[in-house]
Formats: sequence, structure tokens, C-alpha cells
Amino acid sequence: MSETLALLVALPVLTALVPVVLGRIWQRAGWTVAFVGTVLHLALVVQLARAIRVEGTVSYAVGNFAPPIGIELVGDWISATLVGLVSIITLIVLIFERDRNDSSDAFYSELLLLTAGLSGIFVTGDLFNLYVFLEITGLATYALVATNPSPRAAVASLKYLLVGTIGASLYLLGVGYLYISTGTLNMADLSQQLAEVGYTSPLILTGFVLIMIGLGVKTALFPLHTWQPDAYTESSDSVTVHIAALVSTAAAYAIFRVTFAVFTPSFASAVPVALDALTIAALLSIILGSVFAIMQTNLKRMLAYSSVSQFGLVIVGVSVINETALVGSLVHLVGHAVMKAGLFIAIGGLSIVAGGYELEDMRGIAQRAPILSAGFAVLAFALVGVPPAVGFVGKWNIVLGAINSGDWIVAVVVVTSTLLTLAYFARVIERMYFNSPINIDQTAATDGGQARPSVPFQTRALVSILAFASVSFGLVAIQFIAAITPIVGGYLT
Amino acid sequence: MLELIGTHYSYFAYVALVGIGLYAVIESSNLVKKLIGLNIFQVGIFLFFITGGYITGGVPPRVAEGGGPYVSPLPQVLILTAIVVGVSLTAVGLALIVRIYEEYGTLDEKVLSEAQINE
Repeated sequence: MSETLALLVALPVLTALVPVVLGRIWQRAGWTVAFVGTVLHLALVVQLARAIRVEGTVSYAVGNFAPPIGIELVGDWISATLVGLVSIITLIVLIFERDRNDSSDAFYSELLLLTAGLSGIFVTGDLFNLYVFLEITGLATYALVATNPSPRAAVASLKYLLVGTIGASLYLLGVGYLYISTGTLNMADLSQQLAEVGYTSPLILTGFVLIMIGLGVKTALFPLHTWQPDAYTESSDSVTVHIAALVSTAAAYAIFRVTFAVFTPSFASAVPVALDALTIAALLSIILGSVFAIMQTNLKRMLAYSSVSQFGLVIVGVSVINETALVGSLVHLVGHAVMKAGLFIAIGGLSIVAGGYELEDMRGIAQRAPILSAGFAVLAFALVGVPPAVGFVGKWNIVLGAINSGDWIVAVVVVTSTLLTLAYFARVIERMYFNSPINIDQTAATDGGQARPSVPFQTRALVSILAFASVSFGLVAIQFIAAITPIVGGYLT
Repeated sequence: MLELIGTHYSYFAYVALVGIGLYAVIESSNLVKKLIGLNIFQVGIFLFFITGGYITGGVPPRVAEGGGPYVSPLPQVLILTAIVVGVSLTAVGLALIVRIYEEYGTLDEKVLSEAQINE
């Protein structure tokens, strides 16, 4: 029993109320409250990690109703790592947001609600509870996208709301099919009941398909990704960092949990076509996401399509049902969040210097913003998968696992994706370092030698830290792999 | 077939509602109608859950009073939660639509995308 699990969700929800109330009397309460709340959240994660080290996997029965009747929260090394990632990325976003400080108190409430929803997805052990947390995450994200004052952000947010709600509702419908055939919603209990009912039952197959379509929308897998590029591009920079690093990550984690903890590998061997279909969707995401990314001239949009491709990689590591590939996929899940957060912060900083998000704005920017450019380059090469960065560790394990289980097509596509990733990053880095800034003299002349807008110190510091982290995580990934291998092995036997 | 419709009419209603709702979201170019379609779609799913827990001639599960068979209360509780989620989504959606109307002066999706291109 561990109350920490429940507090991980309850604390941000309760803290989210404070900025709205305090905002009436103290103008800038939001940032401080959100920062303190997130630090406490991180302390709870440390507490959870301690409990896991002593007891192994911990669980908590909500309201003292014993599972499988009551709702169960479960914490293991995988969920603890990901909840820790949530608090750290939220802290990074708050520090990044600090110097741009034009956000209202409601913004910080929404950010805390999003933290609560994401933490819930990572710790829940109940399928219906997962739906509720998916919707809390969704609602907070729609609101955050719309905090950008531009009219386009409202349209992007509404589009996201319509597509995201249909996705979540299809997930709910899938859960309904499983509930009707088994009478339970607890993940651990369902995994046994499903085997008793029989994996080839039409109800269970329909449930699997609906759940995967629903979570595929939330993860933004091709062809369900249409909401994602608009939402990432039209959000303000700090919101993009948060949702790009965490929201799709939570949905991809849900796909992993549902595939392994609910349907289990026995389902995969009983109905191989179900997982093959998921593999095909993931492979299409990898290739087409990269191709779309190459075609973009707006850098935020390019990074958004890059996420479609990278989540294809994560899902393919899940759907080939192989221990090594699954480990690689989880490493890439964490690694991608760190690298994408860094890349979006770097683009946010560079856009201040360059005056825009277009590819051509970046000509010769390395001379004017050397730290941000270098950070962007390091993070880009880490995502491409240059050893020893974390991007390499994830992709290497996915390729190795795919070869072990004889999925040659998967291995070839993942290796090809590395080249495609290099293709869309290389043109940015080429503009940054090897093209001369053509416009700078004209601008200086027309502006009458006006002072260049300066990039806040925090932005440069965060990009440097995340660039360093993306390389050093690759070196310490062995410890993370050692911690999660027993859990992954437990799912596979 | 007729007999099936007679005994399982709620399931037919569920499929019809989900279909009509999805059609409205995809086909209608008015943003408010899209949101109404979304609500119809969700109501269809709610009906599916409630029907799944219902037994013909079942009574509410107050065990102390004795007598059965009981209707399963769990789907009803789940759907109560889902209705709350649906209401919040509709509220956020309508707030966004109001803002879009203020900015662009239209609720029509086609006019809206033309306005965005000409910006």
C-alpha cells in the first residue's frame, strides 16, 4: 500500500485551484504556486521511488475498495520514471515560461491539471480510470493550446478537441466491449479473464481495435495524426514544449500498458493479425512522418511531424512483442521527451533572434546565437541516433529486437528512418552554420542599428542542460534498462 | 431479424446514434453542428454501456430489501462520470467556438479555412 500514488494525482489537482483563488488578491501568484506544487510533486516521485526500491511494485486501493472491484493505482520503475519525467519537464517549462511571463493565473492552473492527468495515466491500473485521466489530460491540453492569443490557436484547439474527443470516446467504447465480455475493468484481472473468455471472441477483438484506434489518435499515429501539427505549431512556445514532450508520451505508454498488461503476449500469438496491423500503422508513421517533416518550411511544424515519426518508432517497439525491442521502445519514450523538449526550447529561443520560425530565418544564426545553435545541433544529432546519445540506445535496441524476432522489414524501416531524420535536420543545421546571413545588414540599416532582441539566460541554460542530458542519458541508460528489464520480462513470460 | 430488433432495439439505437453523430461531425461544415454531432456520438456510447448492464425485469440493486434479479449499477456509475466529462468538453468547445466567431465572424468551416489562407 502506498498513499504516495494517490497523492501524485491529488496534489496537482488541489494545487491547480490555488492560482485561481489567490489570483484575485496577488497578481503573480500563478507561477510561484505552480513551481512549489511541481517541486512537491517531484518530492513525491522520489518518495515513490524509495518505496519501490524497498517493496518492489507498489499498489494502492482507492477508497479502500479492494481491487479488482475498486480502482487500483500501480507504481513500478517504468511508471515512476515517467511520472518523474512529468515533474521535471513541468519544472523546465515553468523556468522557460518565467522570463516570458505574460501568462494569466488560469494558465498555471491548466498546467497543473495537465500534470495531474498525465501522472494519473502513468499510475492507474484500471481501464475506465485511464479514460478519465486521458480526458483530463485532453481538456487541459485543449485549454493550454487556446491560451495563445492568436486566432489560429483557437481553431487548432477546436480541431484537436473534436478529433481528440472522438478518439477518447472510441477508447471508451472499446473498454465497454471488454467490460461486457468479462465484467471487470481492472487491468491485472482483465488479463486473466480475457484468456478465459478466449482471445478470438469477436467482442474482445472489437474492443482491441477500438482501444487501439482511440489511443492511436491521442498518440498521433498516421493516419490519425491530423490534429497534431496544427496544435504544436499554433501553441505558444512553452505550451508546445510541454505537450510535445508529454501528452503523446502518455498515450504511447497507455498503448504499451494495454498491449502488455491487459491483452498480454498470449493475445498477440493467438491473434497475430491484430498486432501486425498496429505494426503497419507504426511503420507508416515512421516513414510518412519523416517525409512530411522534410517537406515543411516552418520549424515547429517540422518538429511536430518528426514526433509522428518518432512515436511510430516507439509503437513499433511495442508491437513486435520482443523483450529487447520493448526495452528500446521505453528508453526512446523517455529519451524522445527530453530531446523534443530541448529542441522546442531551442527553436523558441532562436525565433527571438531570427524573428520567425521559418527555415530561411535560420541562415547564419550560429554566429548570432552560438549556444542555442550548438544545443539544437547536439539535440538533433541525438534524435537522429548518433552514439552515445540516448536516441541511439533506444533505436539500437528496437532494431536488435526486431532482428531477433525475425521482423526484417521493421529493422530496415527503423534504420531508414534514421537517414530520413538526418535529412530534415541536416537542412536546418546547414542553414545555421554554412549559410551566410543575407539579411542582417539590410535589417540593421532599416532598423537604424536597433539593439538585437536578446535571448533570456534561462533559455540558453535549459537548452545546454537538455543537450547535455540527451548525451549523458545514453551513457546511464544501462541502469534504466537494468531496472525495467525484470518488469518487461515479467510481462513476456 | 424482426425478433432481434424487438429484443435488442437499444443496440440498434446505439449503432444508429454513433453513426449519425460521426456523420454530423464529418459532414457538417457548421462548427456548432459538429459539436452537436459529437454529443450525439457520445450519447450513443452511453446508451451502449447502460444497455449492457440492464436485465429485463431487473430491480435497482438494494440488496437489503431482497428480491432480484438486480440491474448492474457499475455501468451507470461509469456513464455518470462520462457524462460529466462530456459536459466539460462541450463547454470548452463552445467557448472556443465563441472565440473563433469573434475573431473571424463566421461559424462555417469552409469560410474559416479561406479566411486563414488569406490572412
